[in-house]
Amino acid sequence: MPEPRSVAEAVYREESGRIIAALIRLSGSFDLSEEAMQEAFASALESWPRQGIPNNPAAWITAAAHRKLIDALRRAATRRGKSELLAHHLPTASLPHEMTSSEEIIFPDDRLRLMFTCCHPALNQEAQIALTLRTLGGLATAEIARAFLIPEPTLAQRLVRAKRKIQDARIPYEVPPKEQVPARLASVQAVVYLVFNEGYAATVGDQLVRRDLCVEAIRLARLLCDLMPDQPENLGLLSLMLLHDSRRAARSTPNGELITLEEQDRSLWDWQQALEGLNLVERALRLRAPGPYQLQAAIAALHAQAPTAADTDWRQIAALYRELQRFQPSKVVELNQAVAVAMGEGLERGLALIDALDGLNDYYLFHAARADLLRRLNRPAEAAKAYQRAIALAGNQVERGYLQRRMQKLDV
Amino acid sequence: MSVNKGDTQMKYLLMICSDEAAEAKMPPEKLGAVLSAYMDFTSAVKEAGAYQGGEALQPTTTATTVRVQGGQILTTDGPFAETKEQLGGYYLLDCKNLDEAIQWAAKIPSASWGAIEIRPVMDFSQAAQA
Repeated sequence: MPEPRSVAEAVYREESGRIIAALIRLSGSFDLSEEAMQEAFASALESWPRQGIPNNPAAWITAAAHRKLIDALRRAATRRGKSELLAHHLPTASLPHEMTSSEEIIFPDDRLRLMFTCCHPALNQEAQIALTLRTLGGLATAEIARAFLIPEPTLAQRLVRAKRKIQDARIPYEVPPKEQVPARLASVQAVVYLVFNEGYAATVGDQLVRRDLCVEAIRLARLLCDLMPDQPENLGLLSLMLLHDSRRAARSTPNGELITLEEQDRSLWDWQQALEGLNLVERALRLRAPGPYQLQAAIAALHAQAPTAADTDWRQIAALYRELQRFQPSKVVELNQAVAVAMGEGLERGLALIDALDGLNDYYLFHAARADLLRRLNRPAEAAKAYQRAIALAGNQVERGYLQRRMQKLDV
Repeated sequence: MSVNKGDTQMKYLLMICSDEAAEAKMPPEKLGAVLSAYMDFTSAVKEAGAYQGGEALQPTTTATTVRVQGGQILTTDGPFAETKEQLGGYYLLDCKNLDEAIQWAAKIPSASWGAIEIRPVMDFSQAAQA
């Protein structure tokens, strides 16, 4: 017999985004919808142990949440003596005592509406992230705050402000018209990728919570792929995250020391996940509309396809960075391209390209990349100087530790 | 609680902010083109039934700021805040939602060199119910 609490938790994980998206469409209110959903889960936990777990727990909770929402709307209307005003918003088929089947309330693109609303460019990006994780991800305010290392009241305030703006400025709860989709989708994808990077790149904070952010970002990207499968950048984004995340177990030693891609034990990579990523990027590229996520996924795919670091197809990677530069002109992309040139076409050529870059003097990876090439070129004195500069600029202890170990191994 | 369903219209103030000093230096033929673009925009919002009002303002050199302190009227010369871009005009539009207001704002000629700030207008008939 499954335990009621674990069944309810599973429904919450899988279905809460879908349920809340439908409730928001029906009520237009994030707050009332959240409350109704919480109440529905509470009543499941109360009733299931006594009456047994229903055949379709998700439908049970959806219907219960719908009833709670209607009750709340009625209460609000009565309180204001304006019941006639709200009456036309209430779906007549769903009286509080009837069990409404979830198919009647749930529309397939509700979650897409919710994504576009949460990631509306009229909200600042921090608010977009918080709102997406709270509503679509079903993460608690405390969890989000912990993951982003910000005080819980600050995050709660951020959510309140965002929800108020959605209501007061009337940000629509709609999938944007076709001509606006590319720009609006880019802002949704940016939020998903930022959530992933927050979980993947940062090396501070609670590792378990951070891992959850990666899982959540991958889940959101899967949802985007399901809802808008004709958008190759959605596939590219999911592929990119799966490929990076597949290296997780190989990225650090048990005591948290950084292991670079070159030194990683490739047998520790999650090959099932990597293969899914490889298939996705191939599917995306066949749609013949390349974009920055697909190109980055293609680069990650070339690393995944190399049996050893020495077998990496650096020339192809350099070409992909050149292509990426067209979509995302940036010094950081140029730096990555220069490193690929160094590895594929000659260290000195790459170093010359790096030395020709300006504007990156305060970026630790610029100096770390220089140091690494100088080390490989057997110019230890110059390498040591570059390592020192990189160490002084590095953002966290894990990165500093890695650079220090590298520097100590130099033959100065 | 409100219902963002767009079945009612909402008023938005679109404030046109741009560098008036730069605009003052505009050559006459460019100025003529800008004025005719504004006339086209105004006819478009009128035709769409969105237009509720709109004016162009004289430059901030004509501005006077008034404050009352201890019953005394204090007037100062100029706008209340020195900014790089100044309020130069506005439109008051009826829109279905913020997205519609954003679409109109993007079509205001000055949006191409200045900025448009969109502010929803408070609706006291709704506020009284809440």
